Amino acid sequence: MTAASLILATVALPLLGGILGRLLGFHSWLARWTAGLAGAAGGLAGLALAGELLWQGGRAAFEWPWFDTGYTLALAVDPLSAFFLLPISLLSAVTAVYGASYLGASHGGGHSPAAGSPHGADPVNPANVGLFAGFLQAGMALVLLAQDGLGFLVAWEVMSLAAFFIIALDDAQAENRAAAWIYLVASHIGAAFLLFFFLYLGMRAGDFSFEALAGLALSDRARRALTLAAVIGFGAKAGFVPLHVWLPDAHPAAPSHISALMSGAMTKTGIYGLLRALTLVGLPGRPAAAALIGLGLVSGILGIVMANAQRDLKRLLAYSTVENLGIVALGLGVGLWGAATGQTVVAVLGLAGALVHVLNHALAKGLLFLAAGVLVQATGTRQLDRLGGLLKRMPGVAGSALTGAVAIAGLPPLNGFLGEFLIFLAAFTGLVSRHGESTVPLTLAIMGLALIGGLAAACFARVFGIAFLGEPRTAEAAEAAPPEAPMALAMALLAVGCVVALLGVAWSLPVLGRVVTTVLRLNPLEIELELLKAGVLLRAVIAGGGLLVVLAGFLAVVRHQLLAGREVGETPTWDCGYAAPTPRMSYTGSSFAQPLNDLFGAVRGGGEERPRLAGLFPATARFASRPGDACVERFYEPVFRRVETFFQSWRWVQSGRVQAYVLYIALTLLFLLGWNLW
Amino acid sequence: MAGLVPILLALLLAPLLLGVINRTKAFFAGRQGAPVWQPYHDLRRLLGKGAVYSRTTTWVFVAGPVVGLASVLAALSLLPLGGQPAFLSFTGDLVLMVCLLGLMRFVTVLAALDTGSSFEGMGASREVTFSALAEPPLFLALAILARKTGSLSLTGILGAIDHGLWLQAGPMLLLVATALFVIFLAENARIPVDDPNTHLELTMIHEVMVLDHSGPDFAMILYGAALKLWLLGALVVGILVPAGSPWYVGWPAAVGGLVLVAVLTGVVESTIARLRMHKVPQLLVGSLILALLAMVLGAR
Amino acid sequence: MNMVLEALLVFIVLTNLLMLGSSRLGVYIRAGAMQGVGLSFLFFTGEAGWPHSHIVLLALVTMVVKGLVFPSLLFRTIRQAGVRREMEPYVGFTASLLAGVAAWGFALWVGGRLPLPGVIRSDLLVPTAMFTIFTGLFLIVARRNAITQVLGYLVIENGVFTFGVAVEAATPFLVEMGILLDIFVGVFVMVITLFQINREIEEIHMDTSKLAALKD
Repeated sequence: MTAASLILATVALPLLGGILGRLLGFHSWLARWTAGLAGAAGGLAGLALAGELLWQGGRAAFEWPWFDTGYTLALAVDPLSAFFLLPISLLSAVTAVYGASYLGASHGGGHSPAAGSPHGADPVNPANVGLFAGFLQAGMALVLLAQDGLGFLVAWEVMSLAAFFIIALDDAQAENRAAAWIYLVASHIGAAFLLFFFLYLGMRAGDFSFEALAGLALSDRARRALTLAAVIGFGAKAGFVPLHVWLPDAHPAAPSHISALMSGAMTKTGIYGLLRALTLVGLPGRPAAAALIGLGLVSGILGIVMANAQRDLKRLLAYSTVENLGIVALGLGVGLWGAATGQTVVAVLGLAGALVHVLNHALAKGLLFLAAGVLVQATGTRQLDRLGGLLKRMPGVAGSALTGAVAIAGLPPLNGFLGEFLIFLAAFTGLVSRHGESTVPLTLAIMGLALIGGLAAACFARVFGIAFLGEPRTAEAAEAAPPEAPMALAMALLAVGCVVALLGVAWSLPVLGRVVTTVLRLNPLEIELELLKAGVLLRAVIAGGGLLVVLAGFLAVVRHQLLAGREVGETPTWDCGYAAPTPRMSYTGSSFAQPLNDLFGAVRGGGEERPRLAGLFPATARFASRPGDACVERFYEPVFRRVETFFQSWRWVQSGRVQAYVLYIALTLLFLLGWNLW
Repeated sequence: MAGLVPILLALLLAPLLLGVINRTKAFFAGRQGAPVWQPYHDLRRLLGKGAVYSRTTTWVFVAGPVVGLASVLAALSLLPLGGQPAFLSFTGDLVLMVCLLGLMRFVTVLAALDTGSSFEGMGASREVTFSALAEPPLFLALAILARKTGSLSLTGILGAIDHGLWLQAGPMLLLVATALFVIFLAENARIPVDDPNTHLELTMIHEVMVLDHSGPDFAMILYGAALKLWLLGALVVGILVPAGSPWYVGWPAAVGGLVLVAVLTGVVESTIARLRMHKVPQLLVGSLILALLAMVLGAR
Repeated sequence: MNMVLEALLVFIVLTNLLMLGSSRLGVYIRAGAMQGVGLSFLFFTGEAGWPHSHIVLLALVTMVVKGLVFPSLLFRTIRQAGVRREMEPYVGFTASLLAGVAAWGFALWVGGRLPLPGVIRSDLLVPTAMFTIFTGLFLIVARRNAITQVLGYLVIENGVFTFGVAVEAATPFLVEMGILLDIFVGVFVMVITLFQINREIEEIHMDTSKLAALKD
């Protein structure tokens, strides 16, 4: 197939599949699998396209004159978009298959996958989810493929609105409606900045094509303003703190495979957009690079601190996305700092680390959201504290989820470690070079990344340990049934993907050379050389990991041999002499997180309701605590409350009388007339 | 093959450090104390036993000690000793070493949670909390050393800390070594962070996580803990004992230094009371501050 | 010699941090005393070899007053008042430590920019002096106990003293002695007053926030 037809297939297949699936909506199975398979095919086409471009270089293009308007819809793939197409297509394909199965089971079952509670009178039609999932997938592909500002903005809106509709589909519940609104507002505040970004550039250039925009000579002030607009606009999509507020609400509201797609893929378009914007307005200076490091640190630390405080599994994963996108921003910041201070090694390693982390996070987070979907479907709840012991009920899912947990916690020997390793390496290299001004930002980056790593390990040990290990805490968890084959297969694919990514990244790191060159505009040979060297280090890391695996295998054999023929007994868990323990007495996720929550209480938000105990034998008392979001509680709520109060005072304008409205129109027209004649 | 010597020394002598610590504590308590070889007997005895498993547990419980010991062994392959190179050394290996220790903790925590016991959950919760806080000072200390020595591998860093560097930046190195010693105590579950001798489940951290392990599994945990003690102790010793001597001086000096660190640990455990749980973060922040001070001194 | 100076300065910084992070009055007093003794050694770190006799005298007086007289006075006071800990500070101890690190960073920044007469022997000297002053101010502002307040003043004076060492040539001997005497009298008076107040109103327990009741 030619590149042009691959482009067409990537965009059109999910779209057509979604529409066709909706038309077949009378038959659930047919509708689901039409949309699912078309999405998977589109994803595979995207993968093929991305692979060809990345490994063979060049640029594939597809042009379509838009009727007689003089506007030509130009879609093209360059290395930067090809790289982002990789995780997005892969995740789209896998989630499409998963979704086809998932939506069916949940439709028939007693529990809504979206809300985790029994359906009301108006269940979500899977064909609608399929329709908008198709739009979402096509929208994301279009965002990556668009080669001009207008096309990009339109694609951006298609993607954002498709996600909005999916979140809003299960609108019987107030929390889902609120989530959809918050998402819409956040998304459009971001879009407003992007509109400014592209309109300003387009006005100056007289043309919206990226080539024309990139050729502009901009003043320093304009460049700073545009960079800021891009960071805010794209940061809102990527979920940088404090623009992350939509994530924790939107992800639980959407069906799990869509959450996986939004978290693993859609947030990455924010990173893509940011990088694309940098190719248009040029690389920022030191202050902006340092600010990006700071933004990454704040997002990373607050994200994981708040993730650890959550009890709703999908909210937790959403906050973890904030954390991981923070790590990506941190890597970008370190890379840009390296570029701004003329340290090519630091620039290349930082940027490569950020890109590798984009890939790894897409795989691991996608996997974990899919696993969350299975748990929600099997137990009817998203509350971590109501799960437990699920490894025995669904060993396959548990194995996949454990892979995802180790990967996302950034622990060797899985792929999540590689991105963080590269970012660490970039910061360390910059620090060792003894460039005086680099000391403070890079030291902070190292300390922050270390803290994030430690907290992430804590957080995901908790997720896996509480959900899959120990005793089931509720009857639902005790009777949970394993998922259907396509869902298990989708998760196994992503788990294998984590291992493949580990090896693939280490052995073909120089492939990133073209991507990095697109952004940094340095000598491609120098960049490739640095990547080659880094690739050798990654293989050394993998050698260490391989040693670990071999040793573990050896020790397992030794243990087996030692125990062979000896007495191996079974007993209840040590209960400290207490005779009648129940599963409800085992440690909960909330208890597990409590020390960290207390420690970070000041930045975490949330609150407690403590009973006041009096006397020797106080009456029955109730204690409640709720996780919160400091940004929402201390910033958004007060601000929006004030905005609301302000607009309340103008309510009289909305009188409800026709006469008044006509008067407004007349006055506006008269005013405009006068203004024009002035 | 000289790279294998640090590993062999660690494999052979790590349990000895536990014995030395206990002997020191016995001396301060006015007891005779167990012989320094006692940990070896314990290991042998445990390896010869059968095992008992809780009905709640799964393969994760079994994998915990196995993967944990494998992690610390893999980390050991990155550790230089006495100024001599490590078995495996490359730019950035310090990151891998710290993260391998992180993996060891991760699997131990999972194994603890696999029992479904409240006590072990409690220990696991404390373990992840304190180790997350210990991570920044550890990385910071390594970053300072990397910057001062201009190297990014452990072998390069510890090989470059010689007399010259001590004369030039003595206070800084002393600060880093102190910070690392605090982390050494915290990570190895020693007083003032955790009490390895306590028998009250509610107050333990590391020991309570492994309550349900028995036989060869428990032997692997004990041995892994000894190796971890050796590993982090060797970092402290690597700073305090200047490099630059030939192997027949370097290795004995390092082993001697490790024994002294073990004695010092015993002294600390005998003279300092264990901190209350909510004071531990303060201690770790303190070690972070020591490292930051060192950074200020070193970065000028 | 420079390394000894640096080690001393680090020691002073560490005593400051110790005071910020501890809750025990005994630790405060001992840290303050150690700081004073450490300060007096600063005089011997000059490059010109053994210092002038009046400097030696100044160092000895400093050592005795700050290392012996003040601590014993203060210890006597807390023994008589029966107070051993700083209770419920306005700023928590871990937060105080972090604030200390921030203050240390600020002091470094300021120290690099402050125009000062003469040659400064180490670029850490001025930041350390500033940091010591900040620490003293912080202790006064963020703690309740009266003893801590007194110590805060002492720490501020230590900082000023370090400054004096930094610009050695510019400060005459008499001024140094004068300051020392002032502080001595100040501490003496404060300790006696505290003792009296404590005896009169038992329940105050040296909590200065209770003094707000006297404002009218």
